Amino acid sequence: MPDRVMNERAPQETAGTVSSGRGPSGFGGLPLRILPWPLLRGAGLGGRGSGRLIERHARVYRHTWGVLISGFFEPLFYLLSIGIGIGHLVGTVTGPDGRPIGFASFVAPALLATSAMNGAVMDSTFNVFFRMKYAKLYDSALATPMRPDEIALGEVGWALIRGGLYAVAFMVVMLAMGLVHSVWAIAAVPAALLIGFAFAGAGMAATTYMKSWQHFEFVTLATLPMFLFSTTFYPLSVYPRAVQIIVECTPLYQGVVLVRGLTLGAVGSAQLLAAVYLGVLGASGLWLAGRRIMALMLK
Amino acid sequence: MSEAPGNVTVVAAPDILIRAKGLTKTFGDFTAVAGIDFELTRGEVFGFLGPNGAGKSSTMRMIGCVSPPSGGELSIFGLDPVRDGQAIRARLGVVPQEDTLDVELTVRENLLIYGRYFGLRRDVIRERTARLLEFVQLTERADDEVEPLSGGMKRRLTIARSLISDPEVLLLDEPTTGLDPQARHVVWDRLYRLKQQGVTLVLTTHYMDEAEQLCDRLVVMDGGKIAAEGSPRELIDRYSTAEVLELRFGLDEHEKMAGKLEGVPAERIEVLADRILLYTADGDAALGAVRARGLEPVTSLVRRSTLEDVFLRLTGRRLED
Repeated sequence: MPDRVMNERAPQETAGTVSSGRGPSGFGGLPLRILPWPLLRGAGLGGRGSGRLIERHARVYRHTWGVLISGFFEPLFYLLSIGIGIGHLVGTVTGPDGRPIGFASFVAPALLATSAMNGAVMDSTFNVFFRMKYAKLYDSALATPMRPDEIALGEVGWALIRGGLYAVAFMVVMLAMGLVHSVWAIAAVPAALLIGFAFAGAGMAATTYMKSWQHFEFVTLATLPMFLFSTTFYPLSVYPRAVQIIVECTPLYQGVVLVRGLTLGAVGSAQLLAAVYLGVLGASGLWLAGRRIMALMLK
Repeated sequence: MSEAPGNVTVVAAPDILIRAKGLTKTFGDFTAVAGIDFELTRGEVFGFLGPNGAGKSSTMRMIGCVSPPSGGELSIFGLDPVRDGQAIRARLGVVPQEDTLDVELTVRENLLIYGRYFGLRRDVIRERTARLLEFVQLTERADDEVEPLSGGMKRRLTIARSLISDPEVLLLDEPTTGLDPQARHVVWDRLYRLKQQGVTLVLTTHYMDEAEQLCDRLVVMDGGKIAAEGSPRELIDRYSTAEVLELRFGLDEHEKMAGKLEGVPAERIEVLADRILLYTADGDAALGAVRARGLEPVTSLVRRSTLEDVFLRLTGRRLED
């Protein structure tokens, strides 16, 4: 056996090995670049351990990279079917700034926002639930120096990396199809990440309250109507005011407002408000998720 | 040796790694651990022996800093498990009762990712992985999935995983529960080698042979309390006799037969459902006395006392019931 490992067992050295091994390397710094780090750090969230969980997920997907592809094709098929297909019947709709725009240009940013939501929700609910209850992944990680908030941040970070890849791919398609109308569209990818952050935080917090797979029906019950009614396919103006208010309160509507404003070049206070809304939702979800994992796992 | 204030030279206390005083764990109204005291010294193998529900696993979780104590004192490496949990866990290796291997990764990747959780560098992990897989005899399976491995192999992989961080103390919660006898012996052999290398081990078990083979010192736990403490030899000497005579009579005759054993040279007689135990200094002499009374047991066996006898004496119950 590991004679050398054991013989080196001077206590000071052991302590030194662990601390000196913590240099940032490889995936270690990834979430730093994606998340509003100082904000999270200030809230006492996260740490380097989150990068290690992301490294673990990346390694798992090395074996099963095929499943990553579906997340790209789903919004693409919607775009081709509804945006282009039905777009031929619809012609133009009134854009955010009052000018008429092609239906596909109207729908595409909403599909980008929706796929950011779906990807983040999938990762932060089904996958987190499986890892928590069945794979015992968090039990094993919490026996190491990893902390609950690092696990929560790692899960959200992973959801964002995946979502970011999809967003970039979808933006390339939009560009190629001539559906991008402003340089502001560069910010649509970070905007999609912000939507992912909001839904990953909220989804993960919700998952910590779930007891069985049946509870995931509620996830679909929340995301499907948002997809259909959050001005994805038609403007808010078709609704009576009372319904408009309800729609305006949903996070996906705010995400659609943000992305649509950016790709169509109509950027104003509504987009700023949407960004703040999504940021606050994600941060509070993440904070709650970290607390809940601690309460559930560290009994 | 160290210089104490006032120039009085004192002998340094043995290297105490874990110290618990009045340690308690409650879950609502249920008390899992009811105020226990123990100390763990560097280099020893320390065991918690007791039946299921004795509070062993709760104690282990508190030591592993994944369960905050409800009361009493607990210090690990001189640190507070609640405040310094992260720093303490960095120096512990944990083999949980239930396998928590990552089934989405290969054998080798399990060690890699677990090492990364500790913040170890990849080259350090790679080097240790080769040695550890060799140690647990899984080198040939390094690039296999985890799921098809046998129970014993998974257990050995979990042990290898717990050693990746080169821990100062290894915590093993029921390390061989659920394994077949052969797989158990392989695990025991590996743990015995670790012991020979001077690794400090803390283990829980409800197998008295496991405790007897591995532990330098152990506490007998029952109902959340410590019933006795000492080396296996000391406990047997203190709470049992040198030999035990086991007698089996016909079904349902044991109570009646026990009444007829009056005067047989035995310190103590225990009547179990399936046999009678006579605790005595000389088993053969006792058996002769039984036969002299005209009693002919179906089977008889003279054996040395074990920790099972200690547990029976202390609690009136058997360990593995």
